[in-house]
Amino acid sequence: MTDQATIAAFRFGFGLPLPDPLSETPAQLVAQLDGPDRAAERWPGYGVAEVIPVLQALREAKRMAAEAPGDKATKKAQRRAIKAGSALGLSGAQAAVARAVSGAGFRERLVRFWADHFTVVPRSRTERAWPSALVEDAIRPHVGGRFGDMLQAVVTHPAMLLYLDQAQSLGPNSKRGGKRGKGLNENLARELLELHTLGVGSGYAQDDVTQLAELLTGLTVVPDKGFAFDAGRAEPGAEMVLGVEYDGTGLEPVLAALRDLAVRPETARHIAGKLAVHFVSDSPDPGLVGAMAAEWLASGGDLRAVAGAMLAHPAAWVPAAEKARQPFDYMVSVLKGLGLGGDDVMGMAEGPFLRMIIEPMATMGQAYDGAPGPDGWPEAVADWITPQGMAARITWAMEVPGRLVTPLPDAGAVAARALGDRQTGRLAWAIKAAESRREALGLVFAAPEFNRR
Amino acid sequence: MDRRGFLKGLGTAACSAAAHPWLTSVSLAEGAGFGENRLVVVILRGAMDGLDVVQPRGDAAYAALRPGLSGAPALELDGFFHLHSGLSGLMPLWQAGALGFVHATSTPYRDKRSHFDGQDLLEAGTDVLGRDGWLNRLMQVVPGARAETAYAVGREGMLILTGKADTRSWAPEQKLVLSAQGRLLLDHVAHDDDLFRDVVSEALALTEGQGAGNTAGDEVDGLVDFAAARLREETRVATFSLTGWDTHKGQTKAMRRPLERLQRVILRLQSELGDQVWGRTVVLAMTEFGRTAAENGSGGTDHGTGGVMLAAGGGLRGGRVYGDWPGLAEAALYQRRDLMPTSDLRAWAAHAMRGLYGVDRAALENTVFPGLLLPDDPGFLL
Repeated sequence: MTDQATIAAFRFGFGLPLPDPLSETPAQLVAQLDGPDRAAERWPGYGVAEVIPVLQALREAKRMAAEAPGDKATKKAQRRAIKAGSALGLSGAQAAVARAVSGAGFRERLVRFWADHFTVVPRSRTERAWPSALVEDAIRPHVGGRFGDMLQAVVTHPAMLLYLDQAQSLGPNSKRGGKRGKGLNENLARELLELHTLGVGSGYAQDDVTQLAELLTGLTVVPDKGFAFDAGRAEPGAEMVLGVEYDGTGLEPVLAALRDLAVRPETARHIAGKLAVHFVSDSPDPGLVGAMAAEWLASGGDLRAVAGAMLAHPAAWVPAAEKARQPFDYMVSVLKGLGLGGDDVMGMAEGPFLRMIIEPMATMGQAYDGAPGPDGWPEAVADWITPQGMAARITWAMEVPGRLVTPLPDAGAVAARALGDRQTGRLAWAIKAAESRREALGLVFAAPEFNRR
Repeated sequence: MDRRGFLKGLGTAACSAAAHPWLTSVSLAEGAGFGENRLVVVILRGAMDGLDVVQPRGDAAYAALRPGLSGAPALELDGFFHLHSGLSGLMPLWQAGALGFVHATSTPYRDKRSHFDGQDLLEAGTDVLGRDGWLNRLMQVVPGARAETAYAVGREGMLILTGKADTRSWAPEQKLVLSAQGRLLLDHVAHDDDLFRDVVSEALALTEGQGAGNTAGDEVDGLVDFAAARLREETRVATFSLTGWDTHKGQTKAMRRPLERLQRVILRLQSELGDQVWGRTVVLAMTEFGRTAAENGSGGTDHGTGGVMLAAGGGLRGGRVYGDWPGLAEAALYQRRDLMPTSDLRAWAAHAMRGLYGVDRAALENTVFPGLLLPDDPGFLL
C-alpha cells in the first residue's frame, strides 16, 4: 500500500526524498505557494534586464557586419554575442534544474506546468536566452497568485511577443500600418484563445480572433527597452471580443480583455482539465476537474485556491501511478535520488552539465526549451515511454550516475530513499543479483516504478 | 493513441505504430516476399555533384564548363566517363561488376532547387506530398514484412521509411554497455508492468550489439556496422543518410570528406555483410538533385537538376554507367544551366525493388511511386 507521503512526492513533486519541511498533506503542499520564492533567491536566474545587453551586442555585431562584411573582428563580435546568449540560456536551464532538485517540489512542478502552458521556443541561436526570462519575470511570481496577473505578465513579455509574432503585428489602419505594406498578425491572438485561455473548440469564432488581434496591436518589443506599447502600431477604434467591447487608448483595453478572458468559464474548464491531466491522470475524474473549475470561477482565477481544490479532492490521491515522468522530471528525480542538491547542480561546469543533463534530455525525447510548438509537450504516457525514449533512459541510467557521484552509492540504499514503498520485490531482487554496482543502480532508475508517477 | 494500440505497434516512433496496417495491403502484393535479398538506400543530403563524381570527360563541353574541377586526376571508367579520385577505392568493385552509376537522372523535382523540398520529394517518392516515404510503402506491398524487416539508422529523421507500416529505427548516440545479465535483470524488473514490459524489451533490442568496439573511428562505421549486423539477420531493407554534399565553394577540397565517407560506407558494408549476403545486396545512393553544369566563381557548383545515382552490391549488373547521355552543349542543358535529366530516378529504384522482391508494375506505379510510368527493364540487376 502506497502511503500519502509517497503519492505526494511522486505525483505533486519531483519524487522522494521529500523536501524539508515535510510536504505530504494538501495543506502542507498548498503552503509551499506562500511566501517568498526562496529557490529563486538561492539559485538566481535572469530576466529581460539581463537579456537586453545580449540583444544589444547582437545588434551591434549586425551593424558592424553591414558596414564591413566578412571582417574578422565583426565575425568575432557576432560569435561572442551569440555565445553570450547561449551561455545565458544555459545558466537559466541550470538554475531551473537546481531549483527543481532542491526547491519546494509542488511549487517547482507548477512552475514547469505553467512554463509549458505558455511555451516559447527559441527559433534561432540568437533567441536562446528568452524562455528562461519569461519564466523568471512572468511565471514564477504568479504560481500562487492570480491567473489573470500571470496572463498579463506573459502577454506583455518580449519573449512571448517575439515568439508568437506579435511584435511585428500592425493595425491595418494604424499610423504605421498603411505605410509599410505590412499588417495584422493573428498568431498570438489565436494561441491566446486556443491554448492560453478558452481552449480549442470552446465556441469562439474567427471574428473573435481577428478582433483580439486588432486589440493586441501596439504591443511590441523595443531592442533597448524590452516590452513597449506603441500607439502608432495600434489599430484605432473599439474591438469586440466574445461580445464585449474594448475601447480606449493605450494598454488598458488590452489588460481589460486579458482580465476577462482569465475568468471565463471556458478558461476555467480548459485549464482545470490540463492541470488534472498533468498531475493526476491522462483521463482525470470529471468530478476532480469540475471541482477545480468551480473553484477557479468562485475565486476569480486564484491559482492557489485551484491547486487547493485539486489536492482536496479524493480522486487526486488514488494510489495507481497513471502518469510517466517526463524527461526533465525524470532527470531531476534521479539527481535527488542520487543525493545531489541544487548546489551540486550549480557547481557543475557548463560542458558536463550540457553533456550529462541537457543533451540526454533531448535523446529521451524532451529537448530543453525545445517543445515542438506553442502547444508544449504531450502528456500521454505512451508519448514518453517509447522504445527509443526508454532506450535513452536505460542508457543514461547505466552510464551517467557513475560520473556524477563517486564513489557510486549503494543501489539498495538509493532505491529505499528514492522509491520508498513503491519499490517492488522484483527490483529488490534484481539489485542483489546484478553483476556490478553500476548496473544495480541503473536498474533502480530504469525500473517502471521509478519512471511512473 | 491508446495503450493497446501502442503495445501492438512497438515500432520506431510511437505514433507510427498503428496496429499491423500492412495486413490490409497484402491483397495489393503479388510479389515473392522479401526472401534473402537486401536493399540499402543511402540518402546523400545536400545535393551531390554528379558531374564531378562521374566526370563526362569524353564530352567536348566538359573541360570548358569546369576549368578548375576538370583538371584533377580521375580514374577512367569506360572511355567516356571518369571516376573522381576520391572513390578510387571502389575501382575493384567496378571491375568486378559490383559498382555502377546512373547518370543524368533526377526525381521529378524541378526549378525551385531547395534542399529540403528536394529531399522530401526524393524520400516521399511522389510529388503529391504526403508525410510518408516510399520505402515504407514498399513494406506495405511486399507480403511478410515485420517491423524488423526495415531499419532507419542514424540521427537524421528518415522520411523515406516513415508511414503506416511498422519499422525500426536506431541512432548511435545511445551507447549502452550492459551485460547479458543486466539485460535479463532489466526484463525481470519490468515484467509486471504491462506497458514497460514490452517497451523495455524493445528498448533493449534497440541497444543490442552496441559498445563492442564499434564506437571508435569514423562515425559512419557505427552506422554501417549496426545496419550490417541487422541485414545479416532478419532485416532486408536499411536506410540512412550521409551529409556534406553542398559544395558551393572550394569543391576540390569540400568533396574529399563526403566521398571518403561514401566509399568507406560501401567497402565496410561489403566486408561486414560477408560474401554471401553482399552477393544478394543492392545499395542505392541517391541525392535530391545535381548541381550546375558550370563551375561557379568560387571553385564550387550551385544547386542544379540532373545528377548521379550510385549503385553497388553483388546483386547489381554493374561495371557500366546507365542512362542516356544528354550532352553538355549549352542548348542541351536544362534551362541552359543544369545537366538535363534523361530518366526518372524513381524508375531505377522501382526496377531494383522489382528485381529484388518481385513487386509488380501496378504496385510500383500506383502505390510505391504514385505517378511513375515504369519504363522497360534496363537490366539493372543480375
